[in-house]
Amino acid sequence: MATVAVDPRHDYLLRLGDDALVLGQRLGEWCGHGPALEVDISLANLALDLVGQATLLLNEAGDGDRLAFHRDVLDFRNCLMVEQPNGDFAQTIARHLLYTTWQHMLLDRLRQSSDRFLVEFAHKAVKEVAYHRELAAEWTIRLGDGTEESTRRMVDGLDWCWRFVPELFEVDDALQAAIDGGIAPDPREFEEEYRSAFSAVLAEAKLETPADQRPILGGRRGHHSEHLGHLLAVMQFLPRTYPDAKW
Amino acid sequence: MSGHDWPLWEVFVRSKGGLSHRHVGSVHAPDAQLALAHARDTYTRRQEGVSLWVVRSADIVASDPDQAGELFEPAESKIYRHPTFYDIPDEVKHI
Repeated sequence: MATVAVDPRHDYLLRLGDDALVLGQRLGEWCGHGPALEVDISLANLALDLVGQATLLLNEAGDGDRLAFHRDVLDFRNCLMVEQPNGDFAQTIARHLLYTTWQHMLLDRLRQSSDRFLVEFAHKAVKEVAYHRELAAEWTIRLGDGTEESTRRMVDGLDWCWRFVPELFEVDDALQAAIDGGIAPDPREFEEEYRSAFSAVLAEAKLETPADQRPILGGRRGHHSEHLGHLLAVMQFLPRTYPDAKW
Repeated sequence: MSGHDWPLWEVFVRSKGGLSHRHVGSVHAPDAQLALAHARDTYTRRQEGVSLWVVRSADIVASDPDQAGELFEPAESKIYRHPTFYDIPDEVKHI
């Protein structure tokens, strides 16, 4: 890999900001399509929490709107998990459980960052994400320990998302620099806690841990799945076509 | 799975400490825990509350509308039951 000088703090803000933006956009796709009105409203609420987090992070990294609407796939730094398609409700819940359990543990530690903005951000976001994690766990348990169909769908959803978990704990040079600078927590320090928290939810849901698969990495370096391009096309269409639009 | 099969839950919100929970509406949910979660997302997203109750609608015992005459009309002619002859100091809230 060619060495490109990156500012570790800027890169870290993009990673967290793009995660929140892309996952928020994904959840927003459920709006009007939820399996029940109540679930529809809840998913939209979760989406809005995430878009709010993305706004704070990307505005700290630069011009938030420009970063959100005028970058292409290769410039996005989100992990691959969050760009995965919604699938059915169970797959959305699987993705949300796997991502927000990680995000919650990260934000919990980010409150001790040496960076004042990130400390304040973490204090605000950790409460929102605690609820996301809780709701996703509750639904995982209901679906996993539900009907034959809901169990099958939950197993399939977890199976789809499972190969994107190792990326959450990958430490590359840019992240290592942010860790060394005291800006970012080292995710490897809570990998064991993550696995046991996930296992506890699965046990209550009467599900087995998914079989390990070949991990897929690369989102943090801009190597994304084809799904992200479609997501960006929808999200960026309006501001790119009508650059002066106000709303 | 669809919301059509889920029981209905009545939602009560306490808007701040010291006040009573008030009925605000209802949600469909498969069980009590998720009823609380979805009630939170439906009814407290604009800072409406500090505490939530949910009660299964089927567990509420209601008076019969056909009996409204015998139950409630006799109170209409008993204005002496209203403490309207007292001046309430401005400082006293929530009466």
